[in-house]
Amino acid sequence: MKPLEAIRIAWEAILKNKVRSLLTMLGIIIGVAAVIIMVAISAGTEAAIQDQITSLGSNLVFVQGAMTRGGPGQAPTGGLVYDDAAAIQDGVSGVKAVVVEQNSSETVKAGDVTLEDVEILGTTTGFPSVRDMDIAEGRYFNETEIERKSKVVILGYAMAQELFGDSSPIGEYIKVGNTQLAVIGVFEEKGLVGNTDFDSRIYMPISVVFQKFTPSMFARFMGDSVRMIYVEVEDGVNQDTVIAGIERLLIKRHDVTADTEDFTITTQQDIISTRESTTAAFRSLLAWVAGVSLIVGGIGIMNIMLVSVTERTREIGIRQAVGATPADIRLQFLTEALMLSVVGGLIGTLVGISGAYIFGALSDMRTVIQASSILLAFGSAAAVGAFFGYYPADQAAQLDPIEALRYE
Amino acid sequence: MSATIIETVDITKVYGMGDISVAALNGINMKIEAGEFVAIMGPSGSGKSTLMHILGCLSQPTSGQYILDGEDVSNLDKAQLAAVRNRKIGFIFQAYNLLARTSALRNVTLPLLYNHADTKVSVEEGDKKARAMLELVGLGERVNHQPHELSGGQQQRVAIARALINNPVMVIADEPTGNLDSRSGEEIMNLLHKLHGQGTTIVMVTHDQKIAAHTQRTIVLKDGVIDIINHNGNHVGQDDILPVSERNIIPLHNEQKVQHEAA
Ligand SMILES: Nc1ncnc2c1ncn2[C@@H]1O[C@H](COP(=O)(O)OP(=O)(O)OP(=O)(O)O)[C@@H](O)[C@H]1O
Ligand SMILES: [Mg+2]
Repeated sequence: MKPLEAIRIAWEAILKNKVRSLLTMLGIIIGVAAVIIMVAISAGTEAAIQDQITSLGSNLVFVQGAMTRGGPGQAPTGGLVYDDAAAIQDGVSGVKAVVVEQNSSETVKAGDVTLEDVEILGTTTGFPSVRDMDIAEGRYFNETEIERKSKVVILGYAMAQELFGDSSPIGEYIKVGNTQLAVIGVFEEKGLVGNTDFDSRIYMPISVVFQKFTPSMFARFMGDSVRMIYVEVEDGVNQDTVIAGIERLLIKRHDVTADTEDFTITTQQDIISTRESTTAAFRSLLAWVAGVSLIVGGIGIMNIMLVSVTERTREIGIRQAVGATPADIRLQFLTEALMLSVVGGLIGTLVGISGAYIFGALSDMRTVIQASSILLAFGSAAAVGAFFGYYPADQAAQLDPIEALRYE
Repeated sequence: MSATIIETVDITKVYGMGDISVAALNGINMKIEAGEFVAIMGPSGSGKSTLMHILGCLSQPTSGQYILDGEDVSNLDKAQLAAVRNRKIGFIFQAYNLLARTSALRNVTLPLLYNHADTKVSVEEGDKKARAMLELVGLGERVNHQPHELSGGQQQRVAIARALINNPVMVIADEPTGNLDSRSGEEIMNLLHKLHGQGTTIVMVTHDQKIAAHTQRTIVLKDGVIDIINHNGNHVGQDDILPVSERNIIPLHNEQKVQHEAA
């Protein structure tokens, strides 16, 4: 029997039992579709993260305070302090700009509206440019206002909406904790970057935050602690050199060793790598899920093929009587199993692609369909069909013609 | 044309093993010449079907030799036997054994699918030939009918067309009229006679004395051995043109008797 004829016979056999064939293929369809959709989601998430990170500018270095272990009888050090920023700006070459950030959380009131636990962010004048935020209305605060600890505030886009609705907040006052502040500006919508919601915060001079919201009795000796210092590296300057410079400087200033550092320095690239290793872990989990569902699908095919061989024993006997060799019979049933899995794989691919599209369109998540996932899913489906189809096909080939013909 | 198609030497067939073994055939020696029409009779369980299976290369003798069309087929493997069945033998079964939900045409072309020999024909040629065969058995109008749309007699005629498609050296029929009423049975017999008249060698099992009488020879089995050979003197119809010479009579087993019916 020629392969082409085997394919025709297999196709006819599948069409004769449409519903059953479809049910048999279901495992494969679900397996293949699941692989394609899940890979599309994970690739989409990854792409979205990459985009967001790139939108921050790729030449940023993040310096964060870290709690030191502090041995017995030793006071914890303050981590990063405000003066570190100026020291970095002056003492490390290749630094274009330095921005400092300190945050707290307070109750905010404006007229009748009261919002609990609003994140307030004290920062410096470079913040809008470093974090790529534009003022929609009003203005940002200036150096003088930082020096004078002026009680002014810029609202995130969502904050402005919540506190003042559609009317303009510029010139209005809000109460943050016990402090009255004048609204001087509103940021444009920024959205989520990583885990940070830039729109649901309020921004004010960092000196105001030190004075009103994060006062510390150590501040007089050690300076005001800050959460984060952003260092923008000059174009064309090697980031690693700058990082080394910052590290040397801070080790000296904080009087620590490389082993007891009370700060961490990360870059965009570090963040990307962490995300990538997370998605890689997610992907290997997907591969397991996909593998298991394909094996379950394969067992379904084997099950139905065994039933089919039994049901069609007489047909097998007839074919043997007119001259089908064991190899012919094996080829016929193997082709059928393979076709079930390949057609199932095709349907699964279509379902997967359209599912990924629909999912991407209906949800906030982005989906990116990967050609490699289609090939992988499809190839595994075919392999599963061949593997699980062989045993039933061999059973059919081994049948004795006389017994097969006598089978009722 | 008096080539020997079938020659068996001391064929036995034992089913099962040890104490529970059944000897279905106990030493069959026979010869059938090209162009003969032979009936095989005998009581139930006498080994008729078992013999037909061996003659049709569907199974192999436990011992003895079977020479089919000049080729010793006693020791072939499954695949080789399948090839012999495909090229040399046409089967007609009591239960028709057509593929369900498959047109008459596709049933008739089925053996072509497994023809590996150089006699293999193209799909178009095969279809043409199958149509001609269906025409020959009187089903030219029913080419695309499926078995469930045909009467028993018509289904059996499709089976006959299928048996002939690969130009076999002989047709083996195990009670071809067993499932049919007497009228359809008569039609099938007429058809077999017609084929015989055209030179086809036919070996047929039957329980019906009248049907057996239509053939040239009747071999009667009993308990797995040849009991009687009847040279049915009454040659039927003008189709029956091939005289069977005494030379063709099978070599007799020791205890076997030969009865010559008065012409
Ligand atoms: N597969 C088998 N296993 C065991 N014994 C068998 C098998 N096939 C046939 N036999 C035995 O062999 C003997 C001959 O059987 P066979 O079918 O050849 O008889 P038969 O002459 O065709 O009978 P019938 O006229 O009823 O069809 C019987 O005793 C039967 O029980
Ligand atoms: Mg029988």
